Amino acid sequence: MAFGTYKEVVSARATDKAIQKVAQDGGIVSALLCYALEENIIEGAIVAGDTEDAWKPEPTIAMTPEEIIAAAGTKYTFSPNAIRLKEAVRQYGLEKIGTVGTPCQIMGLRKMQSYPFSTRFVADKLALIIGIFCMENFPRDSLKTFVEGKMYSSLDNVNKMDIGKGKFWITDPEKESGLALKETHGYEQAGCNICLDYVAELADVSTGSVGSPDGWSTVFTRTDNGADIFTAAVEAGVIETKPMDDVKPGLELLKKLANGKKDKGRKEIERRVNMGLPSPF
Amino acid sequence: MLDGLKNKLRKFLGLEAKPDAEDDEAKAKLKQEMKSEVEAQSKPAEEAKKAADAAAEEEAKKQAESSEQISKESSTQEVEKVADKPKIGYIHMSGCTGDGMSLTENYDILSTLLTDMVDIVYGTTLVDLWEMPEMDLALVEGSVCLQDEHSVKELMEVREKSGLVCAFGSCAMTGCFTRYARGGQLAQPKHESFVPISDLIKVDCAIPGCPASPEIIAKVVVALINGDMDYLQPMLDMAACNLACGCDLQTNVVSKALCCGCGTCVLACPTRALEMVEGRPSHNKNRCIKCGACTTHCPRTWFPEEQIKKDLGL
Repeated sequence: MAFGTYKEVVSARATDKAIQKVAQDGGIVSALLCYALEENIIEGAIVAGDTEDAWKPEPTIAMTPEEIIAAAGTKYTFSPNAIRLKEAVRQYGLEKIGTVGTPCQIMGLRKMQSYPFSTRFVADKLALIIGIFCMENFPRDSLKTFVEGKMYSSLDNVNKMDIGKGKFWITDPEKESGLALKETHGYEQAGCNICLDYVAELADVSTGSVGSPDGWSTVFTRTDNGADIFTAAVEAGVIETKPMDDVKPGLELLKKLANGKKDKGRKEIERRVNMGLPSPF
Repeated sequence: MLDGLKNKLRKFLGLEAKPDAEDDEAKAKLKQEMKSEVEAQSKPAEEAKKAADAAAEEEAKKQAESSEQISKESSTQEVEKVADKPKIGYIHMSGCTGDGMSLTENYDILSTLLTDMVDIVYGTTLVDLWEMPEMDLALVEGSVCLQDEHSVKELMEVREKSGLVCAFGSCAMTGCFTRYARGGQLAQPKHESFVPISDLIKVDCAIPGCPASPEIIAKVVVALINGDMDYLQPMLDMAACNLACGCDLQTNVVSKALCCGCGTCVLACPTRALEMVEGRPSHNKNRCIKCGACTTHCPRTWFPEEQIKKDLGL
């Protein structure tokens, strides 16, 4: 069970050129949220928006497709979107909310939905939760440390970050450069080391680049709700798909990474428990 | 009628309806489990004996009543005769009544819940009764004041008379904002020590929240009726917890290398005492009311994966 429970897995991308231009990979998150917003499946979305400080995203309540697209692209640091959920419900008065998150962020939201101890009339407002594949996340100062210290650039100059083909990539005005991923190891937050979820197993729909060619994303539909929305978006022509069997590198690579994260996580949990430290998993 | 209501409840909670036969089975199972829970957990021999006696008495009562036609009408006396509905008491100690109000926010299900599914056999303003009767479950809202002999006595009586005692809301579970009391108020200035009820009696189950949300209350009620002990387990596990504040997040999560920066604690905090700074919860102790919502909601303190998958149909 490397991928958790899912209904269907496909390779997909947004058909909208405006989204393709700014998207990290296939633009699935932007396209799905925009589609859901336009179809009134959601009334707003909580996304990782940019701030004045480079690579310091902040949870942002997007009320228009433009605002969603403005937040496109992966930020390899924290944007705890959950923290604005109450505000979106109570101050913005949104009854149907979409959001996007890493696997651990989705665990927090799902736990809140199953056990809503302290979140009066919030849990039922989440209409669409999109998960993104995640191996680990970096504190912003970690990014700064290796972007400056090992890649001789600065966060202010970096236009795009990406992880792929074994490297951490940055694009700045001068060049594109890559740093071997093992050089970034040890800079991830320690909480990631016990995580067993690579492919956001509890999301409605989860997506990420691994398994699909450049410019495309791998997409798992999981819940009934998630599958309905994704299918409708495909039928509406907002998203185009290809069978996973037709694309390279395909599911095998994804499986390797997903199982790799589980194995590593279990080992770390064992190590910690042997020292008398706690673990929820 | 009961079945209709159960389906209504499930619909309200977004759960699928189950065949009815299963429900009866589940209900029987719950009774068994509730009983064994009481027996297993009562530590002192005296208490165990009392519980066993109470169970035997209940059994005898049930046998006597099984031949009687159960009346649907809900006057107090008749309600006491109905054996197969759980007898619930609501005990108000020191708190703001927020949890009780939260319960009443389940408008859709409340009237049928109160008349057809449970018997409220005791409760200030709810039941016209001075003597505390035997109860299957006592919901205790509010902390207990050590200087108030009446409260202390009432709490002791609750433990004696009730099969299960539930700390209902954060004041009962952790002391919550009443922890900050320092006396000096009319009408009794020496009332200053307000503590979680688990400081004085054994608690079987806790529902934190300031207040506990209407939904969690409805979910607990449904779980009780269906005998869904898996759902209730985290609340049984939390029964002995009587410490909770933002500091605990630092101690038990961040300082234990568990925090992943997801922000669920900030979402849960009812007083905005937490904010995320550099991806970690930063705790403003001047705003914290020690309700424990942050620690309870954190996916890195305990994580109910099976329950979530069940709820999502995964």
